[in-house]
Amino acid sequence: MDNYSLDDIYIKPLDSKEHELALSTEDLKVYYGDKEAIHDVSLPFERYKITALIGASGSGKSTYLRSLNRMNDLIPGARVDGKIMYRDLNINSAKVDVYEMRKHIGMVFQQPNPFAKSIYDNITFAPRQFGEKNKEKLDEMVEQTLKQAALWDQVKDKLHTSALALSGGQQQRLCIARAIALQPDILLMDEPASALDPISTSKVEDTLMQLKDQYTIIIVTHNMQQAARISDYTAFFYSGKALEFDDTKTIFTSPRIKATNDYVSGHFG
Amino acid sequence: MNSKKWDKVATAVLYAVALFIIVILFTLLAYILIQGLPHVTWHFLTSPAKAFTKGGGIGIQLFNSFYLLFLSMLISVPISIGAGIYLAEYAPKNWVTDLLRNAIEILSSLPSVVVGLFGFLVFVLQFGFGFSILSGALALTLFNLPLLTRNVEDSLEAVSFSQVEAGMGLGLSRWTTVLHIILPEALPGIITGMILGAGRVFGEAAALIYTAGQSAPALDFTNWNPFYIASPLNPMRPAETLAVHIWKINSEGIMPDATAVSAGSSAVLVLAVLLFNLAARVIGNRIYKKLTAE
Repeated sequence: MDNYSLDDIYIKPLDSKEHELALSTEDLKVYYGDKEAIHDVSLPFERYKITALIGASGSGKSTYLRSLNRMNDLIPGARVDGKIMYRDLNINSAKVDVYEMRKHIGMVFQQPNPFAKSIYDNITFAPRQFGEKNKEKLDEMVEQTLKQAALWDQVKDKLHTSALALSGGQQQRLCIARAIALQPDILLMDEPASALDPISTSKVEDTLMQLKDQYTIIIVTHNMQQAARISDYTAFFYSGKALEFDDTKTIFTSPRIKATNDYVSGHFG
Repeated sequence: MNSKKWDKVATAVLYAVALFIIVILFTLLAYILIQGLPHVTWHFLTSPAKAFTKGGGIGIQLFNSFYLLFLSMLISVPISIGAGIYLAEYAPKNWVTDLLRNAIEILSSLPSVVVGLFGFLVFVLQFGFGFSILSGALALTLFNLPLLTRNVEDSLEAVSFSQVEAGMGLGLSRWTTVLHIILPEALPGIITGMILGAGRVFGEAAALIYTAGQSAPALDFTNWNPFYIASPLNPMRPAETLAVHIWKINSEGIMPDATAVSAGSSAVLVLAVLLFNLAARVIGNRIYKKLTAE
């Protein structure tokens, strides 16, 4: 594996007149203790598009994603510098109510992590905590989100049985349904299909394609075919930096940066 | 000899050791039950003890044991759950919490007679509670609290961190996540630990001899006002428990049927602890099933 310059960077600018941005970061740095894990990453994320974050293991793409809704706050010793702009508000600030913010920026994790509750309660638990008590509305929410996650037909007769009895792929789609039940603006997905078999993976991908109409999706994946299939934009991460950001088609056919080219053509990773 | 033969020898030795332990345990259990059960009658279980004559029962001691157990669990369960939640979910990793964990570890291996003497000095004498159910319950709390706290902490920590992430990723607060997602999932383990702890407390004698006392004054089961001196619920009365009773009969019992009373009491005690353990298993399994696979 070659050593690549970390100074050769190309980030395609998204003109704010043509492209409505849902989220963007400016010089984002993430530290674990004294170690700087992410160096000055500035990326734009267009609304109602899927942006894929690709890169080898340890390139920092997951760390970056997890800092976008401040899940890194949970990790002792982690610190995030720089700006995360969401609706003209820098959410990387002590003044921001992270709990309120996370209702707008939802997350789906690598391993399916449904609660040890019924399918119905998995989806309705958070909305009920936030004050939605109307049974009809909750029923409707369950049906709608499960349909959006392409799971309704398989589970509609067993909504009150345990979510843990579902298969891995079904659990992951339930987690997606659970996340969209709060109607977030943005969905962050941390390799949502990496723990799944190929059939479940393609179902999850179909789900994402459908969700694109209503949600801005930022997805970390180490599966390049997946990134090429579903995303509109792709950012390539290397050594804690975003080296290249462009339309997905450009990244996979004619990238400007040598490291990107080598990675997408399978030279390392 | 080749490795195949060695494997056989090792397996045989391990089987022999296991068998040895099982034989000892079953012999003891069978001995206690065979010696004791013939003396266990309804009259024996319900009538008060007699100091000098035949035919005494263990009614009051049995009631005292359960009442003490109830009071000490009433104190220790909420504290241990609170402490366990703090240690598992909130405590930062630094030397203070390390010290705290070490202290709990040391406390949990404290000999019960030391706990009893501590209770005698502090609760009975210093606080002036006298030989009473309250002193006994506090001593038992000291005895049981470290183990219960450890159990709660371990049960909570066994729940995957991904569940915390799931909850917080939905915008739920840490407290909501712990209370509604982590705690229910850890509940089977916590309840199993509580019941096993209850069994341990139920059979405890040394910690109670100097705190709850060795006398079982007659109780008036018609008056349940806790402030009435002969009321079964009065926490300030001395209360000899079943385990203390067994100890006392064997060290200074002068009733003619002391051996029989002791054997009967032991059988009842062993059966009760056995029931606690079985209940722990059944209830733990049932809750686990209910929470996961329905």
